[in-house]
Amino acid sequence: MTTVTQSPADHTRTRITPAVVAEHGLSVSEFDQIVGILGREPTIEELGIFSAMWSEHCGYKNSRPLLKTLPVEGPRLVQGPGENAGVIDAGDGWGVAFKVESHNHPSAVEPYQGAATGVGGILRDVFTMGARPVAVLDSLRFGSLDSPRSRFLMDGVVRGIGDYGNCVGVPTVGGETVFDPVYEKNPLVNAMCIGVLRLDRLVRGRADGVGNPVMAVGARTGRDGIHGATFASADLDEGSDRRPQVQVGDPFTEKLLLEATLELIDRDLLVGIQDMGAAGLTSSAAEMAARSGSGIDIDVDRLPVRESGMTAYEMLLSESQERMLLVARPERVDEVTAVLGRWELQAAVIGHVTDDGLFRVRRGAEVVAEIPVEPLVDSCPTYVRDGVEDPAIAELRTNDLSALAHLETDDEATEVLLALLDSPSIASRAWIYEQYDASVQTNTAAGPGSDAAVLRLGDTERGIAAAIDGNGRYVYLAPRTGARIAVCEAARNVACSGARPVAITNCLNFGNPLGAAVYYQLSEAVAGIGEACRALGTPVSGGNVSLYNETPSGPIYPTPVIGMVGVIESIDQRVPSAFRGQDDVILLVGETREEIGGSEYLAVIHDRVAGTPPAIDLDEAARLVEFLVAGAAANLFRSAHDCSDGGMAIALAEAAIGADGGARSIAVELESRCSPAAALFGESQNRVLLSADPARVDAIGDLCVAHGLTWQRIGTVGPVGGNWRCSIGERTIDLPVDDLRRVFERALPRRMEDMAGLNA
Amino acid sequence: MMRVGIVRFPGSNCDADCARAVREGLGQEALFLWHKTHSLEGADVVLLPGGFSYGDHLRAGAIARFSPIMQEVVDFARAGGPVIGICNGFQILCEAHLLPGALIRNRGIRFRHRDVHLRVERTDTVFTRACCGGQVLRMPIAHGEGQFVADVETLAELEADGRVVFRYVDESGCAAASANPNGSQNDIAGICNGAGNVVGLMPHPERAVSDLLGCKDGLPLFRSLLAAVPEAVAS
Repeated sequence: MTTVTQSPADHTRTRITPAVVAEHGLSVSEFDQIVGILGREPTIEELGIFSAMWSEHCGYKNSRPLLKTLPVEGPRLVQGPGENAGVIDAGDGWGVAFKVESHNHPSAVEPYQGAATGVGGILRDVFTMGARPVAVLDSLRFGSLDSPRSRFLMDGVVRGIGDYGNCVGVPTVGGETVFDPVYEKNPLVNAMCIGVLRLDRLVRGRADGVGNPVMAVGARTGRDGIHGATFASADLDEGSDRRPQVQVGDPFTEKLLLEATLELIDRDLLVGIQDMGAAGLTSSAAEMAARSGSGIDIDVDRLPVRESGMTAYEMLLSESQERMLLVARPERVDEVTAVLGRWELQAAVIGHVTDDGLFRVRRGAEVVAEIPVEPLVDSCPTYVRDGVEDPAIAELRTNDLSALAHLETDDEATEVLLALLDSPSIASRAWIYEQYDASVQTNTAAGPGSDAAVLRLGDTERGIAAAIDGNGRYVYLAPRTGARIAVCEAARNVACSGARPVAITNCLNFGNPLGAAVYYQLSEAVAGIGEACRALGTPVSGGNVSLYNETPSGPIYPTPVIGMVGVIESIDQRVPSAFRGQDDVILLVGETREEIGGSEYLAVIHDRVAGTPPAIDLDEAARLVEFLVAGAAANLFRSAHDCSDGGMAIALAEAAIGADGGARSIAVELESRCSPAAALFGESQNRVLLSADPARVDAIGDLCVAHGLTWQRIGTVGPVGGNWRCSIGERTIDLPVDDLRRVFERALPRRMEDMAGLNA
Repeated sequence: MMRVGIVRFPGSNCDADCARAVREGLGQEALFLWHKTHSLEGADVVLLPGGFSYGDHLRAGAIARFSPIMQEVVDFARAGGPVIGICNGFQILCEAHLLPGALIRNRGIRFRHRDVHLRVERTDTVFTRACCGGQVLRMPIAHGEGQFVADVETLAELEADGRVVFRYVDESGCAAASANPNGSQNDIAGICNGAGNVVGLMPHPERAVSDLLGCKDGLPLFRSLLAAVPEAVAS
């Protein structure tokens, strides 16, 4: 690296006082480190740049040492963490790019725009890799729907996701939504995008080639979202108005940018490209230079802006949406401009690639920032803290819950089943997903409501399967176990569809890591994710960390969310989640134990979040995945459904309600030594509900044995309509399946009826 | 070989789906027509696909109708050429006055994506010749502004002339309030012009052309185009 030879102009207009440093979220020692890197005091622009790049959102200062422990290599992983998105090899020259990202803080303040721009950002992360976005999944957390604030937030978030994805024309094919009062003031909005590409067209966010032009394209830069990355890296305090830090999205421009970008890549006009996302121009320029070991020199006076009088500081840190920074081949600049013009987009050359290793920002003739790229991007101070479990939570795990496991009569068991089906965390999500276009692009073979979404892959026989899962309650009670469960459940959901899970992306939603109890949760959860990923052979392809999910009423449940992507060799072998037809045999794979800790049953029926979450045997989880993939390939299953929240009774209800041709009757008998609550509603892991042609049952049994799994035949599927009759352990529940269906389907609509006249 | 020209406006997002349905579902040729050109490039059929042309700014379809190519589309339609508008394409046809009425915000305000059932009311249009009268078809809708409205006289005229091509019905083919997803007057899902060569509909037949997508009920509509331009198919 060359030394700094030109000192930036003297900036007397803003003095860098300790107060200014603190406002930028930097500690005294971090500031001293910056002075050390520069060999002088920073300018205000430089301070802003460091503040954004060294925020948790961009710099991972509290999480990086932990994330380094995750497995990031695998035979099918083409691109791991550190790029705009991860990429796996799906065969025949096809790749699948995918990533999840949070937009929690913006959505807490302005749910519609917060969620919409969350979708926009993750789409750009995927199409900058040269991949066409083919699907979005989302993972949402809200407070209780009894609260008007939570209803307002959900309404806005769902419309924001829908309006953005629908307009761009990327189907929203799956996701999960969970409600708990702990998320009341700090909802979680995690969006995952999947894209497909020819691997020989893979593009990376690099600034190679000295002298190559650096171009800003897409929307003009405004004052919105300044310091969004820093905002996302602090607690949500009450009283202060954070709205100026929320960006506004324009999906129409995004669609144009998507088509133009893919055309530029297809015509091989680019060297590298990156979304101007969090920390805008600053992070895209610095990260592209860092990946290439080059430098970048830009003149902000050449940046297209949409308001007058913007300072260099504002232009560097604006998070205006739908913008890209690209490095073009110099002789092709005119062609680049012409392609963009055809899509009615702005393009401006704002600088060039250098070999001096510096991120230099000019404003006309004046140099306002000059920072060595490598320490800016890679030397973000990291902290390893001492995590200590909150003794109150440890105490919760030891609570004796046996008195709550009794269901004295069949009537009581029936009431509990109906109450759980009415629980927003379990009920039908149709109110949400009907607002999303799930079938545009005509790839969706299995959409919302399935255990995993299944999409066809280009013009091949193959399919892509994807699921997104997390369980904050489990992680709260036992972080390592809960995180392992999240990975295994995502894998099981993908495998239930018949696909082999290949890799994950993760979104780590936690509270303020400066607290020892939150840091403990974070470190334990990351360890649990790593263990499960190793056991399943599904490496981490990238992800996002969202800390400081905390309000004055406390932190959220630690909520790692796992996005799992798998590949199915022949899409014709995909397996649906719900029952199919009359006389199919119902089978249960896996064992039910006396496990009600952390369950939906305890939370909904007894208002308790306590106990030890279910145990998870990682070796067994891996064998179960292998079994499901092998069984699907051999065409043994008519349906496969993961048994999770709400336990066996809920899994049986969901598979019956969603059956082909309408809700179907079933007759199930299953002996159990467990308490009635554990037998019906316990959430023991590694269980899957299958249905099959009677002639295939023996083959399924043999396959189970070969994989060291226990199985039993527990009932049969009946005709459409009729009674749902399940005798499980000591209790029998017997009522018309349409009664179950009505409760299941009405739960969300009836709670959302008051939303601003926005219901039919 | 029949050539189906699919117009791409900025913001069209069902263009590729329509092309795939024409090529794979029908085995015919699909070509994209850029909105800024003035040539239909010898297309036998013009299809305006779904999406959000110009981001639905102002009103759905309101800006696209002024795209240069729309002059050629209007001339082609007036000369009797088959013109199909699906979803946003239907909205554009109404804005361009090739079809009467308007498509306004869904009665329930929200965007809706779900499967609906349609009853084919007329089988002598370019898009329904391969259907049987009263045939019930299942396919998805995906729109926020699909509520068909027209003034009293226009509506009466449409009904009197038998220009309602598709109606939302229940699975058994009967009218039902719950089967109408957006509040359209008279359960109207699609209409045609007087000559039956311009057809617009809100549902997406191009998304219902294979078992993989869960349904093939859209195929008869595309097959109808073959009957509309027999000389092109034969050549």
